[in-house]
Amino acid sequence: MVYAEILAGGTGSRMGNTEVPKQFMKLGSKPIIIHTIEQFVVHDKIDQIIVVVPKAWINNTKDLIKKYIYQAEYIAVIEGGPTRNESLVNGIEWIEQNNGINDEDIIVTHDAVRPFLSYRIIADNITAAQQYGAADTVIPAVDTIVMSKNNSEIFEIPIRGHMYQGQTPQSFNIKLFKQTYLKLTETEKEILTDAAKIMVIKDKVVKLVFGESYNIKVTTSYDLILANSILENLL
Amino acid sequence: MINKRYRLIGKGNIKETFIEENVSTENILVRPTYLSICASDQRYYNFDRPPDVLQKKLPMALIHEAMGTVVYDPLQHVAVGQNVILVPLLQNVDDKIVAENYKTENFFRSSGYDGFLQDIVSQPRDRAVIIPNGLANETLAFTELMSVAVHSIKRFLAKSHSNRGILGIWGDGNLGFILTLLLKKMCPDSRVVVFGLTREKLNLFTFADDICLVSEVGNIRVDHAFECVGGNGSKYALNQIIDIINPEGCISLLGVSEDPPSVNTRLILEKGLLLVGNSRSSLSDYFTVLDLLRCNHDIIGYLQCLVSSVCRIRCVADIHFAFASDLTKEFGKTILKWEI
Repeated sequence: MVYAEILAGGTGSRMGNTEVPKQFMKLGSKPIIIHTIEQFVVHDKIDQIIVVVPKAWINNTKDLIKKYIYQAEYIAVIEGGPTRNESLVNGIEWIEQNNGINDEDIIVTHDAVRPFLSYRIIADNITAAQQYGAADTVIPAVDTIVMSKNNSEIFEIPIRGHMYQGQTPQSFNIKLFKQTYLKLTETEKEILTDAAKIMVIKDKVVKLVFGESYNIKVTTSYDLILANSILENLL
Repeated sequence: MINKRYRLIGKGNIKETFIEENVSTENILVRPTYLSICASDQRYYNFDRPPDVLQKKLPMALIHEAMGTVVYDPLQHVAVGQNVILVPLLQNVDDKIVAENYKTENFFRSSGYDGFLQDIVSQPRDRAVIIPNGLANETLAFTELMSVAVHSIKRFLAKSHSNRGILGIWGDGNLGFILTLLLKKMCPDSRVVVFGLTREKLNLFTFADDICLVSEVGNIRVDHAFECVGGNGSKYALNQIIDIINPEGCISLLGVSEDPPSVNTRLILEKGLLLVGNSRSSLSDYFTVLDLLRCNHDIIGYLQCLVSSVCRIRCVADIHFAFASDLTKEFGKTILKWEI
């Protein structure tokens, strides 16, 4: 089975004054989260979709899915955890309880606020996770990255050709991810905010999948303006 | 659903455009798998159409020949993973007398309406023709071209007199190749002779009864003829046909030319010739093509000779490469393997 897990646990603290979490704000004619779910609904390689949202937004999310998506029975909406990785693990636990986990099962995890991901990016993630066990979507860094450890002086300027910007999806063989995650200490779990990093520090191969510059994360008010301008509804 | 369409906005200039696609129960969603480039796409891509036409029709996604895989049916009538042929003609009005492909009110993809260069195509469910098991093959990307050939043969059979001993086909290009192949299947008792400019290309028409250089026609006479030349060559082909066709013969016109060709109307009148125009095809022609493929397993083998290259498309630059590469070829179809 290939699962998609859409992570919508955030409450939009970076979106300014809005009281609505960013994933529920409108892009074009629909909430951002619906656009993102639809990209997986129309992907023929995805067998089941799990949407992870804050507890208070579970009912609203279910209503929105029912309103906008036909044949939504195979979309589960569950409660997220306090951190991104815990939300991810909640999804895996849901799979374990409802379907069990087989050796070949893959999970494609994606930010609810990246609605512009393409069919090709999802397909490449699935293929890479099947072949390598883990995959991370990236685009080459355009700007020079400057590293500072004290927020005051440059510590290092890495070679730009070696730098990439992380996007999502991040995809994993579920069993491999779970085994690796269980090996983390509590301190490591607190520090590691990125699922791919969990695999890297435990010496697992993570294959790069090339994303797209359009695959933006709608996090700030500026991003929402940008996202609406990318979307052309003139037919 | 947010969909990406790859629209031509200027000469050789394709822009990725994000569109909010309506998912309705009338349509199904299809991921293109193999597409093929037609001469008309090249004319748009290279801005070889009159400026007023380009002004009216662009921006527009190109390509009207494609097959794909169903990725979503809101009604779950068509199985996900089903291979289909995408029909570019979208019916707006029905007419009991005039065929749908001649109704100007209907839409045709990549001619004023977005073609198949899209991540996902939202297609009316009756315009996605199911490919029977075992037939799926990259050559079905250009089923539309086969349907045009079939459409012209059906019209020829309906409108011409029944003396069909010798049928002539002018044009040694892709359309001439497909038309000859299918005509031999649909009119097996007729002798089919292909007339062309290039001996090397004519030699590929091994399934024809005879081939002939247009410079060496001698005393050959034909009962009926198909013109598949188009462009500047149309005039010469048509006048040669008029010269050597028998009285009351039917000339089926399929070649597209931007400039009106001057033809010998005096001889058309003297011989009482019938000129039949053909353009595009109707939905029923696709089913006829599939029936022919099912009953004649050799057709796909011959069609594979037409595939001059298969270009893997992962980004917009790959689309440009495919169009440039296609332009350098005198014969054969360029197939796009759609992985973008």
